[in-house]
Amino acid sequence: MDLIWEGLRKALELLLRLDPEVLGITVLSLKVSGIATLLSVVMGLGLAVAVALNEFPGKRLVIALMNTGMGLPPVVVGLFVTVLLWRNGPFGFLGILYTPVAIILAQAVIATPIIAGLGLAALQHLPPGLRLQILALGATRPQLVWLLLREARLPLLAAVMAGFGGVISEVGASIMVGGNLKGSTRVLTTATVMETSRGNFEVAFALSFILLILAFSVNAILTHLQQRSRRR
Amino acid sequence: MTRATLLQARNLQVHRGGAQVLEVPSLDLRTGEVLALMGPNGAGKSTLMLTLAGLLSPSAGELRFRDAPLTSRADREGFRRRMTMVFQDPLLFDATVAQNIASGLKLRGIPAAERRPQVEAWASRLGLAGLLDRSARHLSGGEAQRTALARAFVLRPEILFLDEPFSSLDAQARTGLVDDLGRILAETGTTAVLSTHDQGEAARLAHRLAVMKAGHIVQLGGLREVMNHPEDPFVAAFVGMETLLKGQVVTSRDGLISLRLRGGIADRELLALGEAQPGQTVLVGVRPEHVALSLQTDNNTSVRNAFPGTVTKVIPLGPFFRIELDCGFFLSAFVTAQSLSELALEPGRAVVASFKATSVHLLRKEGLAAEL
Repeated sequence: MDLIWEGLRKALELLLRLDPEVLGITVLSLKVSGIATLLSVVMGLGLAVAVALNEFPGKRLVIALMNTGMGLPPVVVGLFVTVLLWRNGPFGFLGILYTPVAIILAQAVIATPIIAGLGLAALQHLPPGLRLQILALGATRPQLVWLLLREARLPLLAAVMAGFGGVISEVGASIMVGGNLKGSTRVLTTATVMETSRGNFEVAFALSFILLILAFSVNAILTHLQQRSRRR
Repeated sequence: MTRATLLQARNLQVHRGGAQVLEVPSLDLRTGEVLALMGPNGAGKSTLMLTLAGLLSPSAGELRFRDAPLTSRADREGFRRRMTMVFQDPLLFDATVAQNIASGLKLRGIPAAERRPQVEAWASRLGLAGLLDRSARHLSGGEAQRTALARAFVLRPEILFLDEPFSSLDAQARTGLVDDLGRILAETGTTAVLSTHDQGEAARLAHRLAVMKAGHIVQLGGLREVMNHPEDPFVAAFVGMETLLKGQVVTSRDGLISLRLRGGIADRELLALGEAQPGQTVLVGVRPEHVALSLQTDNNTSVRNAFPGTVTKVIPLGPFFRIELDCGFFLSAFVTAQSLSELALEPGRAVVASFKATSVHLLRKEGLAAEL
């Protein structure tokens, strides 16, 4: 118990002191996971809309794959991204392995199926006649997509929260493709793993609390947006 | 009616899963008319309506709007901004009533300042003036459907498609809304296609009636014509002509025929309006609202058909009662609650059923008479 209180005290101290190293790690975590989530929203919602609005052979298989993708183990993603970005790998010439860009890519691969899968479920949950009703009101194709997304905004925001939650808390892929390099690719989760393995429990707790506060704050903002649009 | 044809359909076919679900060789919608589509579930009413609205691509056939073909995707998208549709489910957006009514105008890029007066005008015409700022989630079924109708009318559609718009409403909301819709359709002269199960709604709103069965239009004509002269027993049942009688023509004179009824009824003669050859077997129908019940034979000479019979069933239908009689043949009649108590109608009661010769309608498909 003492260890936890000590950790909490240390976290507050590090935060209040604006420790440059901790601050750097926190900002990088937020940046990397934020950009990865944004990329995933674009790709995931695009995929969800394409699957929801079109009939094509193999649609069920695509949906099954999307749903399977929601549970992709981060270490498996980390392994594939590492191999692809490896010096002699197909994308090795980019030289981005062990940089934040690599972490963003890996996290986007993790979050895209989550947002696509939950987004598709949200769109398919809309009343079946709504698409025809919107077209009958004279909507163009882009207007149709926009109105459908707007009607599904509550569960879509939940999908975004799930995607962000999945990547901000993920450690396997970040450590594999980022390498936990001090001042460059060290994020909150990888730093926590490292401090724990070194026995620096207070620092590990401090980092964990910061991670929790961060995850809570971002989700609180999204929840606020979601519930504000519900009340009316 | 010699009004111009607004929408023309030729050889429409729709297939689903390999099976043909709609085949309409020809259908014209005239400017200013209200065409009602009636038929059981699965008859193809919604499929026909979606196809006419350009929201469902037929597997074959041609649609022409104001004499221009609707073939390309661009044609159909252009057409979609000139018509609109109201479904059984109001399908409102998760927004206020005012935002819902304005939604079609907004999609057309009409600025907010221009939208507002139109939205307010149509909200008040449909009795929604006090609800403009209310969330569409918190509306009753009737208010929601009124909002959907306001959202449609504010677009001043050249054709309004109404797909069973009252089916999910309770009786009270339905009556008020049918009245308001009838008034607005008449005032605006809007051309409309309405699908419904309810012959009362069709009678109240439509000029022409098409009865559908298994993807085909089995009869299309003026409202009175189809209601009173159904071509076959299926249509007769659907438009509420409950009593069908088979008989042999004895005499035919001055547009009046006298029939001898068939089916174990000896020497019962019936007078009906129509032309037929003596000796021919025909099928005639009587609508229940045209049958009067009394305790003795009426002396009124205009009533040429009077049959003593026994009440077999009394079925309450809300505002009135449906009485089933055995007169040697099946006969049904509508009576008011007052008549019910005055005549003390109950199963076993002996009464006289009478109806004018002009209320007995010759069904046209004589071939079918032989099948019965």
